[in-house]
Amino acid sequence: MRTRAKLLVTAAVAVLLGGVVVGHAVLSGPSGAAPAAGAVSGPRLVVLSNGLLSTVSRSDPAGPREVTDQRCDRAYSAGGTTACLRPVGAFGAGGLAVLDASLREVRTVPLTGFPNRARVSAGGRMVAWTLFVDGHSYAANGFSTSAGVLDTRTGALVTSLEEFTSSVDGVVTAAADRNFWGVTFAADDNRFYATMSTGGHRYLVEGDFAARTLRSVADGVECPSLSPDGTRIAYKAAVGGDPRRGWRLSVRDLATGAVTPLAETRSVDDQPAWLDDRTVAYGLQRGDGVNDVWSVPADGTGTPSVLVPEANSPAAPD
Amino acid sequence: MYLSTIPRPRALGWKGLSGNVFALGAVSLVTDVSSEMVTAVLPLYLVVGLQLSPAAYGVIDGLHTGATTLLRLVGGYLADRTDRRKAVAALGYGMSAVAKLGLLPAGTSTAALGAVITLDRAGKGLRTAPRDALITLSTPAGDLGRAFGAHRAMDGVGAFLGPLVALAVLAATGGSFDSVFVTSACVAALGVLVLVLFVRDHRSALPARPVRVSAVGGLWRDAGVRRVVLAATLLGLATVGDGFVYLLLQEREGLAIGWFPLLAVGTSLVYLLLAAPLGALADRVGRLPVVLGGYAALAAVYLLVAGPLGGWSLVVVVVALYGVFYAATDGVLMALAGPLLPERLRTTGIAVIQSGQALGYLGSSVLFGLAWQAWGPGAATRLAAAGAVLALVATFALVRGRS
Repeated sequence: MRTRAKLLVTAAVAVLLGGVVVGHAVLSGPSGAAPAAGAVSGPRLVVLSNGLLSTVSRSDPAGPREVTDQRCDRAYSAGGTTACLRPVGAFGAGGLAVLDASLREVRTVPLTGFPNRARVSAGGRMVAWTLFVDGHSYAANGFSTSAGVLDTRTGALVTSLEEFTSSVDGVVTAAADRNFWGVTFAADDNRFYATMSTGGHRYLVEGDFAARTLRSVADGVECPSLSPDGTRIAYKAAVGGDPRRGWRLSVRDLATGAVTPLAETRSVDDQPAWLDDRTVAYGLQRGDGVNDVWSVPADGTGTPSVLVPEANSPAAPD
Repeated sequence: MYLSTIPRPRALGWKGLSGNVFALGAVSLVTDVSSEMVTAVLPLYLVVGLQLSPAAYGVIDGLHTGATTLLRLVGGYLADRTDRRKAVAALGYGMSAVAKLGLLPAGTSTAALGAVITLDRAGKGLRTAPRDALITLSTPAGDLGRAFGAHRAMDGVGAFLGPLVALAVLAATGGSFDSVFVTSACVAALGVLVLVLFVRDHRSALPARPVRVSAVGGLWRDAGVRRVVLAATLLGLATVGDGFVYLLLQEREGLAIGWFPLLAVGTSLVYLLLAAPLGALADRVGRLPVVLGGYAALAAVYLLVAGPLGGWSLVVVVVALYGVFYAATDGVLMALAGPLLPERLRTTGIAVIQSGQALGYLGSSVLFGLAWQAWGPGAATRLAAAGAVLALVATFALVRGRS
């Protein structure tokens, strides 16, 4: 083939491939049947539908939903406050948006990292989040997280729990490999629980926001979630202590330390949320990447069932 | 043989570069746009798009590095054995193109994602040695520095453009990762086409007696080859990895995480600007001094990040020196080694040298990580600087008079 012919072939194929690219982008544009829209009355659940903040009825969670235009990667609502972790875009860095009961933005906190967990205290005063702050090379094995807390009443902002004095079994540690994630608040808006990983352990730590301290309570507890009555922690535990084997949802009694594995036997990588003192909800991803919100009794009995299809980040705000 | 009796290799300057070198450069440019597009968005895709947890994210990487090193040797031997370097390179480029498309159906399965990424790296492993062998076989010995410099500069342009193209696609499609992967696969396919149409295979005029594995053993018995492989491995051992250098800079200067990618961008900008001029310099003053100069720049980088200086000027100087290091060593080392290898076994020889370098690099990352934990970043970096100087001296002793 002469050079000219080769150039013509190359140009033709380039145009063809360009057509494939544009065609794919046009055809695969935003699709997916939106859930039926409709008014919601009575007790509600707040979830994310395809990244949009939505509300469904507690009594008919698979039924009609009110979908807002608030876009979040993670969200949680309680006591009239909604924490929304804005997605990281190609040009935007993301961050935390605090919304009031009418979903007006009352405060934003610029944050760098990939949204992972969000929580609000039952009274709506304290807001916490977790971000992944690593991931610049897909060849990197380690990861690091950053967990922060905002007091919406005083405006006090702790961008990283690493600032707090932390201790393991009474011994103060400042290890460089400390990572924090998955905060959950007690009713007094001061005490909280979280995960602290260091030296290969994933500790349940109890925090005191005013005193700026954290102390270990138990080992092998990730993404704790405190029950509304404040007596139990729902969490995920790495199977055999190895996250590569997946996680098992369990409930731990804080007074006795007794652990009850829940009826959900699939691996759940989410921070569970209590719908009431008897029921725990969590997001679970299907093979095609779509999430469903499931629920399971908190006492280890029963079977898990889909609560809200095609949704994640469940919260029972009232 | 005295050094003075070796005739100086013929050199034609930039005119000595054949169309084949530029065709191979164009293939690398296009392919690097494709692969860097994916590299730039993959972490975002895994964590945000698929919501994989960090542990699952680690599993994807797995232990594929060792496997691809082996495949590089297989590719080199296969190319020499069949005398079809272009075909083996095309196979490698093709595998990587298919892998880009494989990201779509892989979904959230970490096993499938791991397999797809392995296929991509395997393709890279297969194609590198035949490509570099074709460059050496298409260029007069005296112009090899220029040839590799020009090739690596074009390669660098592709790597520089890739992330920008990915961002543009994300912006145009409202954040569709699938569109990035489809675009990347199409760009990679275009690269394969350019290779097939414009790159000429270099078939040797020797009688077609297939290369045997025993001949590869003979390659190892050649003291000159052995010394170059040893030197490449030592040089690999002296390199601790970009991630560590950027991390040290970030910790020292308290740079925001958002600056991280910019450090790499700055380094690759310096690399692509200097690759061709330093290649030309290597043809003029000798390749060994330029390679050694590159490692001296690396030692300076290690000393600077652990030294007393600070501030923005430090960041700029370190990033610039790091780019100089890459520009002075990456292609020039191949230009240095190429003529030492017998033509019939050149692809295998290049693969052996690159594997030695890669293994050394793997070892150094592990050792540096251990040193960091045991003695802290400052001492570990000073140790790395000492290692770079030692490797430099050893390389000089091993390769002197042979280039």
